[in-house]
Amino acid sequence: MSNRIINILVPVISVILGLIVGAIVMVVSGYDPIEGYAALWNGIFGDVYTIGETIRQITPYILAGLAVAFAFRTGLFNIGVEGQLIVGWFAAAYVGITFEELPKYIHLPLAILAAAAAGALWGFIPGLLKARFKVHEVIVTIMMNYIALHTSNALVRAVSDGGDNTGAIHPTASLRSEFLENMTDFSRLHYGILIALAMVLVMWLILEKTTRGFELKAVGLNQHASEYAGMNVNKNIILAMSISGAFAGLAGAMEALGTFEFASVKGGFTGIGFDGIAVALLGANTPLGVIFGAALFGSLKYGATNMPNAAGIPEEIVSIIIAIIIFFVASGYIIRLFIERLSKKKEAK
Amino acid sequence: MEHVIEMLNIRKEFGNFVANDNITLQLEKGEIHALLGENGAGKSTLMNVLFGLYQPEGGEIRVRGEAVKITDPNIANNLGIGMVHQHFMLVEDFSVTENIILGSEPTQAGMISVKSAAKKVQELSELYGLDVDPYAKIEDISVGMQQRVEILKTLYRGAEILIFDEPTASLTPQEITELIQIMRRLIEEGKSIILITHKLKEIMDVSDRVTVIRKGQGIGTVITKETNPDELASLMVGRQVEFKTIKGAANPTTDVLQVKDLVVADYRGVEKVKMLNLNVRKGEIVGIAGIDGNGQSELIEAITGLRKVKSGQVILNGEDITGKRPRNITEAGIGHIPQDRHKHGLVLDFPIGHNIALQTYYTGPISKNGFMNYSTISKKANEIIQKYDVRTQGDHEPARALSGGNQQKAIIGREIDRNPDLLIAALPTRGLDVGAIEFIHQRLIEQRDKGKAVLLISFELDEVMNVSDRIAVIYDGQIVDVLDPLQTNEQELGLLMAGQTAKGSKHGIEGDNSHV
Repeated sequence: MSNRIINILVPVISVILGLIVGAIVMVVSGYDPIEGYAALWNGIFGDVYTIGETIRQITPYILAGLAVAFAFRTGLFNIGVEGQLIVGWFAAAYVGITFEELPKYIHLPLAILAAAAAGALWGFIPGLLKARFKVHEVIVTIMMNYIALHTSNALVRAVSDGGDNTGAIHPTASLRSEFLENMTDFSRLHYGILIALAMVLVMWLILEKTTRGFELKAVGLNQHASEYAGMNVNKNIILAMSISGAFAGLAGAMEALGTFEFASVKGGFTGIGFDGIAVALLGANTPLGVIFGAALFGSLKYGATNMPNAAGIPEEIVSIIIAIIIFFVASGYIIRLFIERLSKKKEAK
Repeated sequence: MEHVIEMLNIRKEFGNFVANDNITLQLEKGEIHALLGENGAGKSTLMNVLFGLYQPEGGEIRVRGEAVKITDPNIANNLGIGMVHQHFMLVEDFSVTENIILGSEPTQAGMISVKSAAKKVQELSELYGLDVDPYAKIEDISVGMQQRVEILKTLYRGAEILIFDEPTASLTPQEITELIQIMRRLIEEGKSIILITHKLKEIMDVSDRVTVIRKGQGIGTVITKETNPDELASLMVGRQVEFKTIKGAANPTTDVLQVKDLVVADYRGVEKVKMLNLNVRKGEIVGIAGIDGNGQSELIEAITGLRKVKSGQVILNGEDITGKRPRNITEAGIGHIPQDRHKHGLVLDFPIGHNIALQTYYTGPISKNGFMNYSTISKKANEIIQKYDVRTQGDHEPARALSGGNQQKAIIGREIDRNPDLLIAALPTRGLDVGAIEFIHQRLIEQRDKGKAVLLISFELDEVMNVSDRIAVIYDGQIVDVLDPLQTNEQELGLLMAGQTAKGSKHGIEGDNSHV
């Protein structure tokens, strides 16, 4: 069997297997799988409204995926995307509510930049600790997630005089788009998707076109050789974590300036940052791949919200089904191996 | 004569590439049979076929006269075929016996019985004169001793036919002599040996017959006694090879490198370079001869800025470069062919083209305003690939996919292309075949003749004596003597390297040979 056929077959078989096992789960729990999947499908592509909402959901996943992928490509494991996203969310909302009477072309970029800067700072700290003291970034970034969550909650309370919500940002800082809303039957689709796609391009440019990207990749692949070649390994580690954090901060800006237009006290993590790890891996850590990974994740996540309503399947079961589908897509390697074995056996006969 | 192994007309293809084309190798009982070929000639492929790792597309394997199908290494083991790998497969903090029984642990009531195994290991060790302590930890014993553990591993599993894959690559001259004795002892006890190597001297010393392969083709089998190194080399390479590197007299002028009272510590803080003094002049090659671990690595790393200097000075072209960053030192005019090409020399997962730009990526015309110009890199890379005969499918191929010799040629091309005033070549020919060695030596001499300074570090006495214009012997972190290669010999160098002065008295710490 030729490689090209295998490359097409693997994802197709993965998804089909995921759907089959998901169906079994539904049957065993006493629900109709056909009804369930119809609800999922309608939840994603049902009408222009759901399509708009699906794209809106995909937007932060793209940025979270880019953040993880960028770190991976430079030899780092950024588990702190969640925390970087949260600080980005608050920073954007804060700029959004604080400055008044700024023209939109200043206020909106300022809010977006604030989110990126906050995320970058949250990435800079683990980067610095890794570079200077060899503290493993996984530990630091996990802990930074908790610090981000509770700091952000405290700050929300502080700016709202003890409330649990910052209140709405000024329209001049909003990513909302009447044009996109009208087009999608008043979904919350906002301009953020353009920013996310632009960042895909930015990541590709940095990694594939700039001298800085050349250094970052070299350091990620072989620190010894990079040092031998005269690169500053520590500086590159810190920079890589900061850039990764900036992407994550932008994911927070999508929520602060687009979807919600405020920041609120959170009972727990959003999960987008952690899902970003899976998005990056599904996309093989390439900028383009991240779009596909995010599309799969975002649409399943959003579409699934329709399953309890339309098919009466409890949320818990829905989560299991979504997890199973993603699991099978991620285990494409096993399926590839299986296909290769099978075709080998045939040849042997 | 009885053949214990016959590989007849073996053919192995990988896609369109024919790695083994019609190769025949017949191993007689009780002989040492050398398998000779350049890097990438197909020696490893052939042995992997014998070991069951690859299935041949054509040909037949017979073991003791019977046709067999070896589809996995366990079958090879059961047929009494054992492999002593070039890169040892040992668990560092296990004992010798634990390593030997790993994978087939003898148990008593569910518990591993190391004791009985250790006894058997001891017996085998005595029978073959291996002198291995069954309870020693791997990390505490020398490389030569570790290799004997690998040999014991195969014997313990009942191997009758031993395959040695480049066994001398990481051994000291002393250890090589001992290994040769062990191989003879194995033969006396009725074993048969296939020796994979590209070192002609060893083949002449130890083997009975030689099978030569070149570019995947079986060239033929010759009897060692009836041949000579020159013939073997030309059979292997396909043309006449010069052993004695041809070079004119050196014409050294002013100092390029001066090392003054240099002290360097290793990662544990132990001083490895102790008040070392050295100079290298324009137009000469200075070779540093010494046994591994006498401060060579630390010296080079200190000169190139990869390691901190404790005290002393490194001066390049009159400018003090002590303690500067590697980039400044590179820019000041040093080229460095590193000792470990995988660790320092290459980013293995980068394309070979990127690797060729590894130190120059930030300079024009390879990049402009922070943006890379990958088409220029590609052009430059292809120039170097052409000029230095790097065999690759193109500059986009990952460095990892190249053979060791071609990786090395790419590094050498990259370093020389920057036209450095001082070229440091650390073990530049390690693991390479005669053709590649000849090529690399010529490039070093070419640099010298262009008026550049070359500092060569090597563990191979032949290489140091052949290529250098002056030999500096390093022992215990100091240059103990500087000699004219035309007026010295291996004996004198060997003694100096072992810490004896020419007059026979011990140099340095008495009786301290723990690191030798």
